[in-house]
Amino acid sequence: MAMDDVVTPRYAPGQHPALPAPASTVGVVGWLRANLFSTGPDTSLTLVPFGVAFLAAAWFGGVSIMGSIVIGILIAVGVRIVARVAFGNPVIDNTVLTIVGAIIIFLIADVLLNFTIFDAVWSASGRADCAKSPDGACWGFVTARFSQFMYGFYPDAERWRVDVTGIFAIALIVPILFGQGRIRAYAVGLFLLAFPIVGFILMYGGLGLEIVPTNKWGGMMLTLVIAMTGITASLPLGVLLALGRRSDMPAIRNLCIVFIEFWRGVPLITVLFMASVMFPLFLPEGVTFNQLLRALIGVALFSAAYMAEVVRGGLQAIPKGQYEAASAMGLSYWKSMRLIVLPQALTIVIPGIVNSFIALFKDTTLVLIIGLFDFLGTIQTGLNDNAWAAPNVPMTGYVFAALVYWAFCFGMSRYSVRLERKLNTGRQH
Amino acid sequence: MAEAAQQKVASAAADEVAVELSGVHKWYGSFHVLKDINLTVYARERIVICGPSGSGKSTMIRCINRLEEHQRGKIVVDGIELTNDIKKIDEIRREVGMVFQHFNLFPHLTVLQNLTLAPIWVRKQSKAEAERTAMHYLERVKIPEQAAKFPGQLSGGQQQRVAIARSLCMNPKIMLFDEPTSALDPEMIAEVLDVMVELAEEGMTMLCVTHEMGFARRVADRVIFMDEGQIIEQNAPETFFNNPQHERTKLFLSQILGH
Ligand SMILES: Nc1ncnc2c1ncn2[C@@H]1O[C@H](COP(=O)(O)OP(=O)(O)OP(=O)(O)O)[C@@H](O)[C@H]1O
Ligand SMILES: [Mg+2]
Repeated sequence: MAMDDVVTPRYAPGQHPALPAPASTVGVVGWLRANLFSTGPDTSLTLVPFGVAFLAAAWFGGVSIMGSIVIGILIAVGVRIVARVAFGNPVIDNTVLTIVGAIIIFLIADVLLNFTIFDAVWSASGRADCAKSPDGACWGFVTARFSQFMYGFYPDAERWRVDVTGIFAIALIVPILFGQGRIRAYAVGLFLLAFPIVGFILMYGGLGLEIVPTNKWGGMMLTLVIAMTGITASLPLGVLLALGRRSDMPAIRNLCIVFIEFWRGVPLITVLFMASVMFPLFLPEGVTFNQLLRALIGVALFSAAYMAEVVRGGLQAIPKGQYEAASAMGLSYWKSMRLIVLPQALTIVIPGIVNSFIALFKDTTLVLIIGLFDFLGTIQTGLNDNAWAAPNVPMTGYVFAALVYWAFCFGMSRYSVRLERKLNTGRQH
Repeated sequence: MAEAAQQKVASAAADEVAVELSGVHKWYGSFHVLKDINLTVYARERIVICGPSGSGKSTMIRCINRLEEHQRGKIVVDGIELTNDIKKIDEIRREVGMVFQHFNLFPHLTVLQNLTLAPIWVRKQSKAEAERTAMHYLERVKIPEQAAKFPGQLSGGQQQRVAIARSLCMNPKIMLFDEPTSALDPEMIAEVLDVMVELAEEGMTMLCVTHEMGFARRVADRVIFMDEGQIIEQNAPETFFNNPQHERTKLFLSQILGH
């Protein structure tokens, strides 16, 4: 570009003020100017092929507007590539890659938007309605089945109990995630001690509430029960296992190693199978053990083993001097872990911890194979319903499931980024 | 009458033994690091320990607060013998402060929190009381304005002064220093040494591993020279520097004073 042509005023030594960066080098506009529209001929080399191709496709080819834009961009890029090869036009470099990437995103967005919005059926009472627009999603299926996706086979009249539990959970989780100091500490205490009992009585029954056996639980409610139990149990268990694995006491150390390596060595699906098929064989005749409870224990122990290794990574990153300073001040082992070592170690491994949480959240779908109908399970059940046997319904169900799982996992990921940023403020070495 | 009694107490205190190591041996695996260490430190005594790298200086003072375990011999600190008894170890650690070469401040806590942590959790002081003491010592090391910062935001010299203040907040009877200035730039060494000199002048019992010979001359009651896990020589600084007895001491002194 013609930067050298700009006349720079001269300043006496030491007098040169800081000048703003030239607007053309900053931001999207700068990039476009530098790469596509830097000179008159350059601009026409971009715009003319685009315009011609666009008009040709839209007017004479009968292509949709979006399709025509894509064709226009493709042709324009093609012309520029040819220009580069033929005349050594230096402008293109990264431009081509960027534009090709943009087109791919554009095409995907086009397909997705058409399916989920433009061609979608918004209300339907059965397969006939869905089949009217087979290229779009049939959201009518989701709305019709929505309460089953949320509560499974939980009796209609009792669903308010699940809602109340959910409200309690949110009321505690929000201050845990975003609150500070004493409020947060109380919320953590209530969440760990009171909430499990209250939530269990509300959802299962007792104390005058009608009993709803756990095999009626299902949908998002079941997914959240398993995920939240797994997450809240796996972190403290994982921390204890990680500390145990680094213990000076051989008995404790070996016990932890055996435990961790056992659970890490078997697939979760096997764990769940064993919990549901093998485990009852070891129980005396007539003694039963709740299916959901078995799954919860399996998921929690399995995740705890993974969590232990994540936490151990953090413990190893803490310099020996930290342990020594803590001991030299007379802090006991548990106090120095709690006040000095764990706060630092856990901060380091936040990405790994959240990674485990996300994996756990998605792994809850595996409980389907032991006959528990979680969120994905209820959707799949819905797909088997003859009344909704239209070609676009399975896709609708899975896209809906994917969006919901993605929203939860993305939320966790964003929260971890936020938390890392907050904890790192002012603490760099 | 009362005065005479007081004087008696004072002189008895002067002879009070703060730390006693007798016949102490230590091995790292098969490597014999400390060989028959005998050392008596009296209350209010200032001891400087020097010697070549790897001679066991750090190991020796780290045995005094049980950061390292000795395998043979006897260590008595403030009248308490060091054994495997965790209670006694904790009791000793409450009375013995330690300052490290690399400061070892807690990076996730503010300066003030670094200072109040042990008083609150070990000495069971109230937060307000601990903070009052902390501000007092921060003023003594001349950085009260840094109380709200994190250690990572301070210079090396400031960090080491915070580390000293942190130890003092526990109101220790004995202070151990392991090369407190050797990770610092020259202009920061002086500010840390000033604090240590003041502390020495107030009568703190100090064991200090350092190669700052100016500091040794100025405040030490006794300089100890170690080599290959043994105490080779110990003397008042005057004699130690002007008239070293042992060949190895002479060689060492010529090396560190020579350039
Ligand atoms: N944890 C350990 N395991 C094995 N050997 C060790 C350990 N710590 C120290 N040593 C060895 O013991 C010897 C004495 O170490 P020490 O740290 O006490 O020396 P030092 O006199 O403090 O030296 P410097 O001036 O370099 O700090 C050295 O040879 C060192 O390599
Ligand atoms: Mg050393």
